[in-house]
Amino acid sequence: MIDFGYALTNDRQIDYDRGDFRYIRLLRSFEPSLDVCIGCGSCSATCSAALFTDFNIRKVHTLIRRGDTESIKSELSKCMFCGKCQLVCPRGVNLRNLILAMNRTIEQLG
Amino acid sequence: MIKFNLFVLPFSFGLIYVVYSIIIHYYRWITALSAVDKVKLGTGLRTPSKIMASLKEIFLEGLIHRKLWKHNPALGYMHMSFALGWFLLIVVGNLESRVYHGAYINAPYYPIFLKFFIHDRLVLFFEVFTVPAFFRFIMDFLLLMVLSGLVLALVKRKKSKWFGIKKTTNHNIFDQVALSCLWMIFPMRLLAESYTAGYFGGGGGFLTQNLGKLLIAVTPGPAEIIAYFFWWSYSLVLGIFFIMMPYSRYMHIPSELLLIVFRHCGILPKKWNSSFTNLEAHSCSRCGVCIDACQLNFAAGTGNIQAVYLIREHREQYVPDDVALTCMLCGRCQEACPVSIKVDSIRLLKRRELGTGQVSDFSYLKNGHPGFADVVYFAGCMSHLSPAIPFAMEGILQEAGINYLFLDRAGSICCGRPLMLAGKDKQASELMEFNKIMIRQTKARLLVTSCPICYKVFREEYNLPVRIQHHSQYLLELVKEGKIALQSQHPKVVYHDPCDLGRGCKIYEAPRELLGKISTLIPAEKEYAAALCCGGSLGLMNTSLQKKDDITKNALEMLLAKDPDILVTSCPLCKKTFAKHSHTEVRDIAEMVHDAIPGRGIRKIPVSKGKEVFTV
Repeated sequence: MIDFGYALTNDRQIDYDRGDFRYIRLLRSFEPSLDVCIGCGSCSATCSAALFTDFNIRKVHTLIRRGDTESIKSELSKCMFCGKCQLVCPRGVNLRNLILAMNRTIEQLG
Repeated sequence: MIKFNLFVLPFSFGLIYVVYSIIIHYYRWITALSAVDKVKLGTGLRTPSKIMASLKEIFLEGLIHRKLWKHNPALGYMHMSFALGWFLLIVVGNLESRVYHGAYINAPYYPIFLKFFIHDRLVLFFEVFTVPAFFRFIMDFLLLMVLSGLVLALVKRKKSKWFGIKKTTNHNIFDQVALSCLWMIFPMRLLAESYTAGYFGGGGGFLTQNLGKLLIAVTPGPAEIIAYFFWWSYSLVLGIFFIMMPYSRYMHIPSELLLIVFRHCGILPKKWNSSFTNLEAHSCSRCGVCIDACQLNFAAGTGNIQAVYLIREHREQYVPDDVALTCMLCGRCQEACPVSIKVDSIRLLKRRELGTGQVSDFSYLKNGHPGFADVVYFAGCMSHLSPAIPFAMEGILQEAGINYLFLDRAGSICCGRPLMLAGKDKQASELMEFNKIMIRQTKARLLVTSCPICYKVFREEYNLPVRIQHHSQYLLELVKEGKIALQSQHPKVVYHDPCDLGRGCKIYEAPRELLGKISTLIPAEKEYAAALCCGGSLGLMNTSLQKKDDITKNALEMLLAKDPDILVTSCPLCKKTFAKHSHTEVRDIAEMVHDAIPGRGIRKIPVSKGKEVFTV
């Protein structure tokens, strides 16, 4: 391909009509505190697992909200469950239970 | 001599039913034991010392209720009067029946309803010293003892605070029926015996005889029929109580006996739902002592998840998710439990059952050689959130000239206990395996950790070939060996016992001794085994931040009641949790020691409130 000095970026639109929102609904019933998240990313910054691999709990959360649930299923297995994220969360999201709930959600909905 | 009447049938039927039921239960509990435990039980039952120890505990806990006496004397007396009183009524009643009946074997109902069948006349003064009169006196005395317990039980309904109980158990219908019957048994016996003694003009002791006279005098109608009515009632309530027993809390009476024997034989709770746990669940008397001990109850207002409810639901084989998940696993309830039921292991068992089939994938962790050292220092995830602790520890280790290795300097691989607390033991074991290899490779002789959560799991689950110490123990050892010299202005401090270090590992004295060298330690309102949880527990899964904050604030209020200069703890998680709400400085014990080393302390040390001195 000829290098014109610029490139086309991939399509980054989020199609809310095609998302699978069953996950977020079920998740909300398990752990309502997820709705107070402001997406600051403190959880991911302190994450024990993130030191060793590209695990990002904030990203997982965001993807579930968008209804994009395909890519998260293998992600959660990386979590060590140590609870540092929960301790640093400025909004008091109950992150350990949220992760537990995410697992249960995936298990229930497949 | 007539020895049968129709009214004995309800009692007899109930008795046969309950005995049959107990035999079936015992059979199931014993046969369901694992092969190893069966051997333990067999060996235990052939060891006289273990049998004696079991009998002693059965007497002290089953009849005297020693632990309840310690909790509150009125509560202890109430339970003792019922248990010991009733037990002696049965024993003495049987002996008494022998006086009248030469045979060695009686129908079981005969001693129970003896006064219906036997009517001694004539109570002359000198007859007080005869054997029948002696028995009459003892039997009335015992009945009075049980009735005094009943009066206390009625008072407890209204004034439970007098018995050291703030919140009582919310009983289900089976327990309520059984309880009502139990309460009816002894007044019915009293009335039946009194009317009979009054009608026949003899045969009663000091209580029933005199009450009988009085009752006959004040009640119109044929005394014989009234007495007969009460004999029927007595038999009926006994019968109903016995039939309800296997379905109610009163199953704890036969269960606890076996549980005590099991324990003395060295049978331990398992990680899965075992016969032992089942027996423990039946041994719960639902007294509700655990409810008052639970901080979620008294500080956060969550009153439906306490040990008593968990165990009841476990027995009913349906534990709702939130009961399994809402618990700090702080261990206060099992410390308070008069039956010493291992509640935390039951809760974890339920979490394991709840656990998802999700697999963990820690393949991203790569084993590199960590290097060699004498002492391995493992800070733990939580200590990394409070960098002052690893900083202090490193300072001390350097000062003492120890050849050490900071294993998780670049970030911890979790010890696995947080996963275990969520019921994911399999996933935890993968992390544990990884850490084990790392620790073994260092060829160290000692592993020191700053986190009680890690410490407990290292000690109990890792099976490491090295000595394991919490930093409070290690630092005390360093001071005693003279490797570090301390100098301090002795600020006033209160020490907070972290759950996993205190109740979890029974380490209470080492941190106190260490603190005694550098500070003036003032006792907290609740300490040692009664210490409070900070509220930050990793065991608590699904409780809102607000409730956790309530627990923290409540605990702080009690800890800071005597206005110390510093609140000292030895757990990074407790420190983080308290620091969020405390106006008083919260520090880890390692920081305290570090700053007491001359020339090392670079942080401010408050001498007293409002006056701060900086040391360099």
